[in-house]
Amino acid sequence: MKKRLLVSALPALALSVALGTAQAGETLDAVKGKGFVQCGVSTGLPGFSVADDKGNWAGLDVDVCRAVAAAIFGDASKVKYSPLNAKERFTALQSSEIDMLSRNTTWTLTRDSNLGLNFAGVNYYDGQGFMVSKNLGVKSALELDGASVCIQAGTTTELNLADYFRANSMKYEPITYDSSDETVKGFEAGRCDVLTSDQSQLYALRIKLSKPGSAIVLPEVISKEPLGPVVRQGDDEWFNIVRWSLFAMINAEELGVSSANVDKMKSSKDPGIRRLLGLEGIKGQGLKLSDDWAYNIVKQVGNYSEAFERNVGQGSRLKISRGLNALWNNGGIQYAPPIR
Amino acid sequence: MSTFERGPDLPPPVTQVGVIGWLRRNLFSSWLYSFLTLLALYLVWIVVPPVINWALLDASWSGTAREDCTSDGACWVFVSVRFNQFMYGFYPEAQQWRVNIIYGTLFLLMTPLFLKAFPWKTALGGFIIFVYPFIAYGLLDGAWFGLEVVETTRWGGLSLTLILAGVGCVAALPLGIILALGRRATDMPAAKSLCVIFIEFWRGVPLITVLFMSSVMLPLFLPEGVQFDKLMRALIGITLFQSAYMAEVIRGGLQAIPKGQYEAADALGLGYWKKTGLIVLPQAMKIVIPGIVNTFIALIKDTTLVLIIGLFELLGMIQNALNDPNWLGYATEGYAFTALTFWIICFSLSRYSMRIERKLHTGH
Repeated sequence: MKKRLLVSALPALALSVALGTAQAGETLDAVKGKGFVQCGVSTGLPGFSVADDKGNWAGLDVDVCRAVAAAIFGDASKVKYSPLNAKERFTALQSSEIDMLSRNTTWTLTRDSNLGLNFAGVNYYDGQGFMVSKNLGVKSALELDGASVCIQAGTTTELNLADYFRANSMKYEPITYDSSDETVKGFEAGRCDVLTSDQSQLYALRIKLSKPGSAIVLPEVISKEPLGPVVRQGDDEWFNIVRWSLFAMINAEELGVSSANVDKMKSSKDPGIRRLLGLEGIKGQGLKLSDDWAYNIVKQVGNYSEAFERNVGQGSRLKISRGLNALWNNGGIQYAPPIR
Repeated sequence: MSTFERGPDLPPPVTQVGVIGWLRRNLFSSWLYSFLTLLALYLVWIVVPPVINWALLDASWSGTAREDCTSDGACWVFVSVRFNQFMYGFYPEAQQWRVNIIYGTLFLLMTPLFLKAFPWKTALGGFIIFVYPFIAYGLLDGAWFGLEVVETTRWGGLSLTLILAGVGCVAALPLGIILALGRRATDMPAAKSLCVIFIEFWRGVPLITVLFMSSVMLPLFLPEGVQFDKLMRALIGITLFQSAYMAEVIRGGLQAIPKGQYEAADALGLGYWKKTGLIVLPQAMKIVIPGIVNTFIALIKDTTLVLIIGLFELLGMIQNALNDPNWLGYATEGYAFTALTFWIICFSLSRYSMRIERKLHTGH
């Protein structure tokens, strides 16, 4: 038995460690004790997590970390960032090196069930898309029969592409590259008609073109890549805090509360807004947070729309349109359960 | 009978002397060489002017934002805006004097080592190798001296590159000597096989695997609640890895010492340690200086691999900067800058090693 334990596969080991460390309430106490949230982020992904020239981290993923810090401490700056590689991100979480992971991580069954992790929500609905040169005159991906396609090798992107073209009985010629920079150069040099990658990345790749205006991103999305914050399994209290910090941002947008008007909104008569800002209803009780936890998030980080536009949307260079990430009542699928 | 009168010496034909002569001899001595010369000239002509145009003449040098890069050439604004970060990583700007002090004092401490007349070289060398790293760590981290604590996650840039390479080399050298001696200790089979296994294991795995193990697997094996700093894990991995290479380099030196030297030492009645310390090692180390510097230069460049475990040394810092939405698309400038920086460091090291070799060359 002992021998078998020793040679057991890594996932099982990871699971046992993860289960061993996370107990309800433990993470929140530890975080409060040390005075900051240790948040795992990407080592650099345009618009999602990147350090500016002063060394401050910013991005849509980073804003989730800041929201959690604002909810717990009333101070969004009480976050320390651990830049993580895609391979080490789950280990870092399982071994308690970080308290939460907010690193463009796709929510899948395998990860949710096998790794001892819980996905707390979706802060960006991503999916694979296509970028074509404007003078190709293509308006939809269904017109791409026979096209040559630039892809990064070794990604699920390649498989999704094959599925999509086969399902629509179209032909294509794949041209694979090793890094995103090479892919862009290949596209620019005319080696291929189409470049495919996750949509959030396509916009960043487009900026790398010498004439960004010469290419367009097609509307089709051919795969589901819901990205969201992750916590260790087993500490439900911490899970709730991370999950509702994200929901508070989405709810605030829905209710029209932003960092600019949140103080004025305190005198609003709308019961939904009053519940969000902790003036009535359950307040911070169930989450074991102060009553103004959501107020602090909106005041210091902003609502979801503000975070989106600032980091990846119209306020940034990426200029990603809301698309799927618009609110449910606005043509998208971002939907948060009500605070009541 | 007419007498033979010696006329004045004629100058050699112009095609044999001067510039033309030299050209004919060296570059156009046959059809093949003429062709190769012209081909090389053509290649230089198509490569060099565009590079100079791009990097120097057409480049944008001053400014603060992407908009200042209006010309067709390189955008060095990207590098100058981020220069501080490339050097110090995320180390807080107000605390960067600590990094400067460490490198400044290290430089000052090392200068006497190069003066012939300085008497306490061994003591100073020992201090630099065994004591100074702890002082440097204390100052960088800050906790021991009551300064603001700067966690290792915020160390970065070129200063981190030098820390990784410096610690890796300094710590690997004594370890490598022990391993090399152990591997040659035929009268101690247990110690010998241990050293052989160690060396062959660490030499057989790629550094990237070692780093991955240290950052992905090791935390899972540690007991609950025990955190082990990521930089420290990487440093230990690099040191063990490097010591295996160092051991083999030094073993080469040990083997080059003639048997007579060992026998002479034995004849003088020296014990093992005296024989090794006074006769064998000083000669062996002198022989392997090029090899040591060679592995050290390789290590400096290998440190860039730590970017895969999320440590931001120079190259990692540059890759992070390249992902800033404000600076997307300046990869060429970033990588050119990295290459130049590494080249300067490695080239100065190799010149330095040649200097030491000349100085220590006493001839056998």
